[in-house]
Amino acid sequence: MSDQPLTPKERMAIGRTTMPEQDPAKRATNFEEVNFGLSYEAAVQEAKRCLVCKSRSCVEGCPVAVRIPEFLEALASGDVAGAAEILRVDNALPATTGRVCPQEVQCEKVCVRGKKGDPVAIGWLERFVADWAAENMANPVAPDKQTGRTVAVVGSGPAGLTAAGELARMGHSVTVFEALHDSGGVLRYGIPEFRLPKKIVDAEVACLESLGVKLEFNVIVGRTITVTQITEEFDACFIANGAGLPMFLNVPGEQLKGVYSSNEYLTRVNLMGAYKPESTTPIARGDNVVVFGGGNTAMDSVRTAKRLGAKRAIIAYRRSREEMPARIEEVHHAEEEGIEFMLLMSPLEINGGEDGWVKSIRLQKMELGEPDASGRRRPVPIEGSEFELEAQVAVVAIGTRANPILSSACPDLKLNKWGNIEIDDNQMTSIPGVFAGGDIVRGGATVILAMGDGKHAANAIDRYLQSK
Amino acid sequence: MYEVVSNVIIAPSIHRMEVRAPRIAAARQAGQFVIVRCSEGGERIPLTIADADPEAGTITLMIQAIGAGTAKLAAIQPPDGIRDVAGPLGMPTEIENVGKVVCVGGGVGTAVLFPLAKALADAGNHVTTIIGGRSEQFVILRDELAEFCDEVIVTTEDGSLGTKGFVTIPLGEIIADPEKRPEAIYAIGPVPMMAAVAEQTRPSGIHTIVSLNPIMVDGTGMCGGCRVTVDGQVKFACVDGPEFDGHLVDFRELATRQQAYCDDQHCRMTDAMENQE
Ligand SMILES: Cc1cc2nc3c(=O)[nH]c(=O)nc-3n(C[C@H](O)[C@H](O)[C@H](O)COP(=O)(O)OP(=O)(O)OC[C@H]3O[C@@H](n4cnc5c(N)ncnc54)[C@H](O)[C@@H]3O)c2cc1C
Ligand SMILES: Cc1cc2nc3c(=O)[nH]c(=O)nc-3n(C[C@H](O)[C@H](O)[C@H](O)COP(=O)(O)OP(=O)(O)OC[C@H]3O[C@@H](n4cnc5c(N)ncnc54)[C@H](O)[C@@H]3O)c2cc1C
Ligand code: SF4
Ligand code: SF4
Ligand code: FES
Repeated sequence: MSDQPLTPKERMAIGRTTMPEQDPAKRATNFEEVNFGLSYEAAVQEAKRCLVCKSRSCVEGCPVAVRIPEFLEALASGDVAGAAEILRVDNALPATTGRVCPQEVQCEKVCVRGKKGDPVAIGWLERFVADWAAENMANPVAPDKQTGRTVAVVGSGPAGLTAAGELARMGHSVTVFEALHDSGGVLRYGIPEFRLPKKIVDAEVACLESLGVKLEFNVIVGRTITVTQITEEFDACFIANGAGLPMFLNVPGEQLKGVYSSNEYLTRVNLMGAYKPESTTPIARGDNVVVFGGGNTAMDSVRTAKRLGAKRAIIAYRRSREEMPARIEEVHHAEEEGIEFMLLMSPLEINGGEDGWVKSIRLQKMELGEPDASGRRRPVPIEGSEFELEAQVAVVAIGTRANPILSSACPDLKLNKWGNIEIDDNQMTSIPGVFAGGDIVRGGATVILAMGDGKHAANAIDRYLQSK
Repeated sequence: MYEVVSNVIIAPSIHRMEVRAPRIAAARQAGQFVIVRCSEGGERIPLTIADADPEAGTITLMIQAIGAGTAKLAAIQPPDGIRDVAGPLGMPTEIENVGKVVCVGGGVGTAVLFPLAKALADAGNHVTTIIGGRSEQFVILRDELAEFCDEVIVTTEDGSLGTKGFVTIPLGEIIADPEKRPEAIYAIGPVPMMAAVAEQTRPSGIHTIVSLNPIMVDGTGMCGGCRVTVDGQVKFACVDGPEFDGHLVDFRELATRQQAYCDDQHCRMTDAMENQE
């Protein structure tokens, strides 16, 4: 089935494929996935655009160093299974990262083909191969040789799931403790169905279960059991409890009905299914929904609001478009769906009616001043630019911090001044045998960095267990 | 699945349920709660852990069936089970021997109060408990409380049992009497009741602790839906509470936030609360 290898010139002649997607007007009214995924033909054709560079700059751009040229070469020759094998070794959740990685600032940013024209669509191809594998390949099974060692993983987000999978593959007995009633962390309760269908999270978790990983839900470490109890019962522990403490604006009116943190708004919709007609979980809807923030969380919230029927779904962001941390693709998609962007706009106050519900938001225009500590130009308010915007629902999506439930019950665990867990080069915390990674260490970061931590930690835990 | 070991009706629409949840039974302290979900797709419902038996691995819940979720939960009979039981959540009550304490419970709040009163009595306090209900049949746990409380006073709105009127009547008499004046008061029940008690004790400055029940989702500090204003500060009731200094709580805000979904769902909770009070 493989053709003759193409010459570089022939490869260069192929233009970047496009992603088939739901019509914007239609998808703004449903929760089905926006991107349909590439066809086999389109995927193979796109893979042929890869020059299989010696410099491998794309690999350096990937936080977990996926062997991109190798998997693309296999795919280009029509060997999807071979491509999947390579991916599976390097990346525990390729169907997820293919969809949610900020490729434009990682692998695709440094792809050689991007210097002149468009980079290879590495993310879309990763997604294609992973989806194909999920349908056509058997789940991996636990190795015959078990080490008899036990490891507890706290949290079932991408960091925890990755570590659990790696450790199970090494023959350790792994138990994941999850506070919520379902798996996936932000992949389940944060990122909406239209971006990451939950059946993908289910499939990834089913893979882990077939590797022998045990998942125990409704266990809040720090309350149900403590880290100390875990260290008594298990040979090692990996903490990956994320950064799930919402920040608020601290402006007047934030306690009004109709004001949500993005965590609550998205959890009600994604985890509790408030968008489904049969759901018993309510969610406030309104003609005008204003979302504060400019990251992925803000984009997910505002597009969710649109899908829940808002006539005007508005992003209010205090910096300019260039500074928005959201994935480029999501910003494009949001624009296509009719999301309004109010840039350089800061909320002063949320006003309510007699009934205690949000009625309007007082905003102030900003301009960019001198660069701040982050190197970004600091927004400064423009005097006299205040105005009132009618709204029934407001969503605060300005970031999260470390949740202290686990750490407050574990005084020996060393934290930094923001409450994030401190680790050494081996991702070990101040408690021997207890490792940590993902957002609880980094603060709000990305799925792929969390997974990278999970993988590194699994290797470090394996070495630790062998040395014991 | 968490097995329901027993489920009995102790008052109209109030169930006492024992559920097998060994980890929670072992870890729980007075003042803490669980979040339960009956089945796939169901609501997450916060409920106080009324009692626990670490040896048997069971916890006791007192459930007032007032809405769709609690009705479904109360209908679960042994040997069936509950899909999810998460906890223990919230800060445990600080139990100390302070001398004389008064516990005030209204409606199903009496169930929430029960473990607290018991822990206070065990710590050596002189415990007077005042429980109120609409009429005799709504007064719950009177005999159980009498087993360890020094005194149990009952009020009913229609006078069918005990003093006629609200819990604030006997409470007023107690705080007016220098002999009986307590060091601390614990008030748990519908928001209007807790607000009334806090107002009543404010002039005397008697330390008044209330247990707040805002709408919750996760119960672990992740969503912020349970936020309440205490002393001008925003607190998450599920992790910072649910108990707070009643003199500092913004009850008006709590009451309005509790009704956020009354338009979406029937406002049974509020009706039930008002009926109880
Ligand atoms: C709405 C939203 C959209 C995002 N979009 C993107 C995107 O497009 N691309 C991208 O790369 N990144 C995105 N991110 C960021 C990314 O999701 C996170 O960086 C990543 O999920 C962190 O993984 P984690 O495993 O460290 O933690 P989490 O995913 O937060 O998982 C932590 C898990 O631990 C559980 N837990 C917490 N406390 C306890 C406890 N005490 N005991 C037991 N369990 C506990 C939690 O319930 C949760 O399941 C987004 C984040 C959000 C919120
Ligand atoms: C910390 C805590 C401890 C609690 N302990 C107990 C207990 O021991 N026994 C008991 O019977 N109840 C207890 N409750 C109250 C119980 O959680 C609610 O009655 C229940 O969630 C209502 O759910 P439902 O589906 O039956 O009613 P729904 O039909 O969902 O609600 C009816 C109406 O009640 C209001 N409501 C919803 N959830 C809550 C809530 N959490 N608090 C107040 N009002 C609400 C809303 O306005 C809603 O429209 C406690 C609540 C909290 C927060
Ligand atoms: S994991 Fe992310 S960064 Fe790495 S190759 Fe895949 S899409 Fe690119
Ligand atoms: S840099 Fe781009 S073209 Fe070169 S190997 Fe990587 S993906 Fe292929
Ligand atoms: S219930 Fe979500 S933070 Fe308290």
